Amino acid sequence: MRKPSSSLLPSVMRRCFAKGLMALPAAILLSSIGMSASAANVNTTGLAVTDETVTIGILHSLTGTMAISETGAQEAEKLAISQINATGGILGRQIKIIQEDGASDWPTFAEKSRKLLVQDKVAAVFGAWTSASRKAVLPVFEKENGLLYYPTFYEGLEQSKNVIYTGQEATQQILAGLDWVAKEKEAKTFYLIGSDYIWPRTAMKIARKHIENVLGGKVVGEDYKPLGNTQFGSVINKIRLKKPDVIYAAVVGGSNVAWFKQLKAAGITSKKQTLLTISVTEDEVLGIGGENLEGFYSIMKYFQSQDNPNNKAFVAAFKEMWGEDSVMGDVTQAAYLGPWLWKAAVERAGSFDIDKVVAESEKGDIELTTAPEGYVKLHKNHHLWSKARVGEWSKDGQATVVYTSELIEPNPFPAGYQ
Amino acid sequence: MSFVYEKIMGGKKGLTGFIILATLILIIFPLFLDAFRLNLVGKYLTYAFVAVSLVLLWGYGGILSLGQGIFFGLGGYAMAMFLKLEASSPENTTIQSTPGIPDFMDWNQLTELPWFWEPFTSFTFTILAVLIVPAAFAYIIGSAMFKRRVGGVYFAIITQVIAVILTVLIVGQQGVTGGINGITDLRTLHGWDITSDSAKNIFYFINCGLLLTVILASRFILTSKFGRILLAIRDKEDRVRFSGYDVANFKIFIFCFAAMISAIGGAMFTLQVGFMSPSFVGIVPSIEMVIFAAVGGRMSLIGAVYGTLLINYGKSAFSESFPEMWLFLIGGLFIAVVMLFPNGLAGLWNDYGHHITNKFVFISKAFSKLVPQSLLKKVEDAR
Repeated sequence: MRKPSSSLLPSVMRRCFAKGLMALPAAILLSSIGMSASAANVNTTGLAVTDETVTIGILHSLTGTMAISETGAQEAEKLAISQINATGGILGRQIKIIQEDGASDWPTFAEKSRKLLVQDKVAAVFGAWTSASRKAVLPVFEKENGLLYYPTFYEGLEQSKNVIYTGQEATQQILAGLDWVAKEKEAKTFYLIGSDYIWPRTAMKIARKHIENVLGGKVVGEDYKPLGNTQFGSVINKIRLKKPDVIYAAVVGGSNVAWFKQLKAAGITSKKQTLLTISVTEDEVLGIGGENLEGFYSIMKYFQSQDNPNNKAFVAAFKEMWGEDSVMGDVTQAAYLGPWLWKAAVERAGSFDIDKVVAESEKGDIELTTAPEGYVKLHKNHHLWSKARVGEWSKDGQATVVYTSELIEPNPFPAGYQ
Repeated sequence: MSFVYEKIMGGKKGLTGFIILATLILIIFPLFLDAFRLNLVGKYLTYAFVAVSLVLLWGYGGILSLGQGIFFGLGGYAMAMFLKLEASSPENTTIQSTPGIPDFMDWNQLTELPWFWEPFTSFTFTILAVLIVPAAFAYIIGSAMFKRRVGGVYFAIITQVIAVILTVLIVGQQGVTGGINGITDLRTLHGWDITSDSAKNIFYFINCGLLLTVILASRFILTSKFGRILLAIRDKEDRVRFSGYDVANFKIFIFCFAAMISAIGGAMFTLQVGFMSPSFVGIVPSIEMVIFAAVGGRMSLIGAVYGTLLINYGKSAFSESFPEMWLFLIGGLFIAVVMLFPNGLAGLWNDYGHHITNKFVFISKAFSKLVPQSLLKKVEDAR
């Protein structure tokens, strides 16, 4: 009975050890850089900051159904942190990471965030992906006065002192996309379909108001399917019957694979039908397959194919760290912004204290000119100014950007869309 | 006295086990764990209610319910609804289109509180709902199944299906249930901040007290005539029926009782963790809780608590140390326990526990010599 356990343990240790070894050269190289202000001055609230290091937490699902989506985000965060460390760290301190697994389970997210804040005293947490996980950790961050950088595009209707939202809120993504499709495709009739939870429902609520009140169009159908649903036959029949100018989709996660394959099987392809989705990034396309999506559109703020020097450097660095085959979706890029935004705020504040970092962030003038998506600025309301982009998918799983909006002001509580 | 000693405490062995458990959770944990870890243990102990209920149902009644999450969830949701209503006072929700209703209702374009939410403004009603709603639901399921002599694997499957149905219902009706997010952001109970460390400590002890009470009540049921009939039903249902007993009623009773226990756990969970979500109602948590009971030993009420603590401690510890491969380690733990100790942790205790019990008796006898005789006499008189 002893055998299996004894052969299991060393392999675990070997792995950890090997990981430690890989990090070692970087640590040696960098330990010489940086003359730091003493820890007491930059940290008056007892965070995990020493003269040489500052500890942060990464909290994403490494296991469970969300792991496939969240992997990119945590990889991007680690990339940004390793780059920051390579250029001298923050206030002369190297960033140490404590990673926790949210396990696609909202109570686990709450437990782990409390652990990171109460026990590990991390100076910032980069993490959460779904709205449900954010809602689960939010009271913990507010209670323990932590700082969360949340990377996902989401439904808005929230603005917490303790969260910086690096993804786009609903209006930033939805309105620009609808305007574009109405103008470019002369769309008048829309069919709305989404997964059944808070984000798609809020997104569709805003979309419907915009279609009816601003664009003068008509919503000819609105359907929600449970998360994980793989049967879209009835919806597809209704779509055939109603013949909408545009299918406007917010189907999330694994359901997307069934949704697009069944559309194709039913003969609804981009040749005859315009489809705009707000929930498909390069990550999802890996699973769906580019051929099932060819010619359909996504509206995001970032596409991997974006042609600018920042993005080229980001894509190259990402592939070098995580492998040639990796793809970078919208959320991956937004997650990459988190550590950089935090660095900017900390350096301005000259302190890791949460209240001071938040106060700097709330001044509304922290800019990142090196963002892969181009340029972003942090708004007073904790969200980012960013541009919306429409990408047309091609067979190889990459999108061509066919439209870029102006810089859009984030507005998590849009008047007239409630 | 002998009634209490034999029937409730379960004799010398039962008493020793009970005292060790009580010492561990009431004295040792609070002394040696920091606030964060203690709160975690408190959360684990809410699952222990379900594990204890499964010992009654599965270990003694032979009724394998793979849907105890249903009742845990019902209890938890009832408590969450009360707390959410308190958190959604008109002053707290001024930014909403309709102030005074829970935020998720506002997002889902509801403009008034649904009728079945109304009574949950009353704390008394909530407590009653925590106990009665799950029991009533269990009564309906139980009557429908046991009266028709549905049992064994069919019963297990049907409870699973009900768990799935309830999850789909909660997720689908997000306007009134909070959907997949669950009911979150619960902060106060009658104006008392339940997120503070002191509140968490108090809940921890209430939780422990309730758990120990539940164990004693369960022990009482099992040592009574009812318990023996239950065992008989498990081993030879037909023979009990031919002897003139209404088997179905016995099964319905124990199913309702188990549901009630699970619901208490759910309500305590909501109070300590601060939210409730459909992820506790479905198949996965329900089966997990069967595993807790199996690891602890499905014939042991106290073993179930240890099983729950061990597995959950393993989950937390492994996932903190090895975030990328902790699931394998947990799987390894399951396999190891089932292979090495088929009767769970309680089996270990039964095989080796008497050594400890003897020592304990020895110590307590030695201790009694140290206590002044006059004091002992007073205690005797008081009895």
